[in-house]
Amino acid sequence: MNAHATDAHHDSDHDHHGPAPGLMRWVTTTNHKDIGSLYLWFSLIMFFIGGLMALVIRSELFQPGLQLVDPHFFNQMTTLHALVMIFGVVMPAFVGLANWMLPMMIGAPDMALPRMNNWSFWILPFGFTMMLSTLLMDGGGPAAGWTLYPPLSLQTGDAFPYLIFSIHLLGVSSIMGAINIVATIMNLRAPGMTFMKMPLFVWTWFITAYLLIAVMPVLAGAVTMLLTDKFFGTSFFDAAGGGDPVMFQHIFWFFGHPEVYILILPSFGLVSEIIPTFSRKRLFGYSSMVYATASIAFLSFIVWAHHMFTVGMPLAGEIFFMFTTMLIAVPTGVKVFNWVSTMWRGSMTFETPMLFALGFVVMFTIGGFSGLMLAMTPIDFQYHDTYFVVAHFHYVLVPGAIYGIIAGVYYWLPKWTGNMYSESLGKTHFWLSTIFVNVLFFPMHFVGLAGMPRRIPDYAVQFADFNQIATIGAFGFGFSQILLLVLVIKCIKGGEKATDQVWEGAQGLEWTVASPPPYHTFSPQPVIK
Amino acid sequence: MNKIQRVTSILFGGALWTATGTARAEWELNLTQGVTEISREVFDMHMTVMWICFWIGVLVFGAMAISIVKHRKSKGATPATFHESTFAEILWTIIPFVILISMAFPAAKMLVKMEDTSDAEITIKVTGHQWKWEYEYLDSGIKFISSLHADSREAATLGSGIDPSTVDNYLLEVDNPVVLPTGKKVRFLLTSSDVIHAWWIPAFAIKKDAIPGFINEMWTIVDEEGTYRGQCAELCGRQHGFMPIVVEAKSEAEYGEWVTAQLAAAEVAASSADREWAMDELMERGEKVYGTYCAACHQADGNGIAGVFPALNGSPMVLEDIEGHIDIILNGKPGTAMQAFAAQLNDADLAAVVTYERNAWENETGDIIQPAAVKSLRIQ
Repeated sequence: MNAHATDAHHDSDHDHHGPAPGLMRWVTTTNHKDIGSLYLWFSLIMFFIGGLMALVIRSELFQPGLQLVDPHFFNQMTTLHALVMIFGVVMPAFVGLANWMLPMMIGAPDMALPRMNNWSFWILPFGFTMMLSTLLMDGGGPAAGWTLYPPLSLQTGDAFPYLIFSIHLLGVSSIMGAINIVATIMNLRAPGMTFMKMPLFVWTWFITAYLLIAVMPVLAGAVTMLLTDKFFGTSFFDAAGGGDPVMFQHIFWFFGHPEVYILILPSFGLVSEIIPTFSRKRLFGYSSMVYATASIAFLSFIVWAHHMFTVGMPLAGEIFFMFTTMLIAVPTGVKVFNWVSTMWRGSMTFETPMLFALGFVVMFTIGGFSGLMLAMTPIDFQYHDTYFVVAHFHYVLVPGAIYGIIAGVYYWLPKWTGNMYSESLGKTHFWLSTIFVNVLFFPMHFVGLAGMPRRIPDYAVQFADFNQIATIGAFGFGFSQILLLVLVIKCIKGGEKATDQVWEGAQGLEWTVASPPPYHTFSPQPVIK
Repeated sequence: MNKIQRVTSILFGGALWTATGTARAEWELNLTQGVTEISREVFDMHMTVMWICFWIGVLVFGAMAISIVKHRKSKGATPATFHESTFAEILWTIIPFVILISMAFPAAKMLVKMEDTSDAEITIKVTGHQWKWEYEYLDSGIKFISSLHADSREAATLGSGIDPSTVDNYLLEVDNPVVLPTGKKVRFLLTSSDVIHAWWIPAFAIKKDAIPGFINEMWTIVDEEGTYRGQCAELCGRQHGFMPIVVEAKSEAEYGEWVTAQLAAAEVAASSADREWAMDELMERGEKVYGTYCAACHQADGNGIAGVFPALNGSPMVLEDIEGHIDIILNGKPGTAMQAFAAQLNDADLAAVVTYERNAWENETGDIIQPAAVKSLRIQ
């Protein structure tokens, strides 16, 4: 791919100015790079908050008996841990990466809707302050699980309306972010940047943005119905009033399953950028990667009820959702095979982003295998709502989605800061994380198969040993993430100067601009030949 | 003290987490084979799918490992230029598809079998309550509540200081187990009075949600006599982890004896409402009922949990309004966790627990409520 890159300070008349001075820069900014940084820092802070909640959970589960927290508080921790990690960590991190990189990858000067961009970020801190403040309210925070199944969720105390409103806010933020990304990709691609030339990170985000626009309103509808059931006398989900509690689950998972892919597709894109760079070889099967992503997105709308195999669906429903769910293995398999083929006969080096990307491929695939097992309805009855499920979705989300994000951060950190990060610290971070993440989550497969239900604060003594191991892993993994924070701060402060190209095998427009890039890039736009 | 405990108590400071001492030998790794035809078939399918995944993993990770070892720059590897192959893409779309089909058809067949609840010889209605199970044998009319055993309940209190490994079947023991005959097809009808619960016995490989307003069905035929344990598998509130399920499978003759004994006991209980009860008798029974039904929310000390579960200790309703007090227990309070106990507790239990609440802790009203009084209110 060839491009005419330009430096920032060209002679056009209106955007000479750099960032506004002082703190107001961050409040009023409409610059995609500033907003990208805000999203990423917000995500990192929430990562530590959600992580602390996980450590409360794991500490209580360190041994049988109740030692530290009341079961009601334990349930608040599991609920908020999930909400924080999903809506506060993974999604904002993806939007942050998109903000920083999409314009630079498609040769656009900025996001298409910069003021909305500012707003969609600044909703988040307020939304989460509201959500987390429920912990201090009478009756504590939400404790019905992040899935908010009624009638249980309707027993929430004063926290309930605050929770619903904060979910609305997060939804508004996500939808605006998604609209912005679609508008940017549709309208601001540089001349010659056709759809089938777009980098895969752009493609996966393009598809993800449509998923977000399709399903976030569904979630908003579902939680609004909960709100009216609780306060305005409706009976959507109350059997006594002619409603149906299972209907909530159908609506929720119609949002929830595409949401699962919202949490992983951009990571697919990140890994598809990183593996070719460090294999020094073009991505294998580019077009089949695009089609596979689109297929996964389509299938995500017709598999939702596999989260609810035990609700007592008709046999035909169970069989339909089993078949469609198993089908997802096909496009997902295509992606994994393509990544491996990209490495095959490449010329690989193993800098930290590559290590995280390889970790992603292996451990995401392990999560995929347990997903295939869970897809099979007759045996899912044994796995459903046990720690086997907890192991499964943590494998796809932690060494899956989160590893993808971390890989992306390492990959572009020299571009953002202009400095190389400490490779030895990065590798230490990778190895500690990878050892401990497996110590943490692998034993959960065993206790799950042995019969330990999920979301319990205390357990029968035969599950004690593996739970102790998992808790050790949790503390190890949690503390290892402090290395990431240290590394990022060190890298911002200084270090070996990065070149524009940064990585020997890097391809793409973002590597044609300076490191760090000027405040305004690509006006006028480059031309792709 | 085993190795892990030693290492971990060093890591976390033995003072905070005193290791439990007794050996917990079970390093259970896999699914149970169970004691029903279905559970064994489920186990076999689980193993088949796991091995398929294992071998695919060997191929994929093997190719990756070869690549990582051989095709690295430090070994002088130069990158090849190939980057697509329609043949390969078609191949690795079709092969997984065929493997999936070969897995999906037996699974669908098995599902048909699992969902066939026809021709059951015994039907048991299972109702989930926060946080206990109610069983009703529709054929014989036996009806009882099954909740966590008192020993586990005591040990599972925050800061109880009781070592769980000294409690028999910690968290997996109940006061009244379900009894089934072996070799007979038993159908379960599942529902709930409040929130969604799920009834699960791993050894039978059956699990289904108990949903308010719905009746779900499932069935089992247990082959071997024995005691089988499970737990509620759907988050149902504060005590979700503390509503186990215990099933005793007995020979047909023993099952018959059990049915006779249960029916006789029910008759005795029914007549208890007609006589006059003494204060001591009511208080003693009331304390038991309170512990089983009320303490999970209102707490053993009657002080509740601020903002979630109201205190009974010093509550105006408990101190003054007798009829209101009985009414809220009989009929519950809609929109809150306070459920209607009319169907779960008989007149004697209700009278006892009301008497207990009015005289326990600092509530020294001296009120004695007779079962007959509850009976008359119930009729209204």
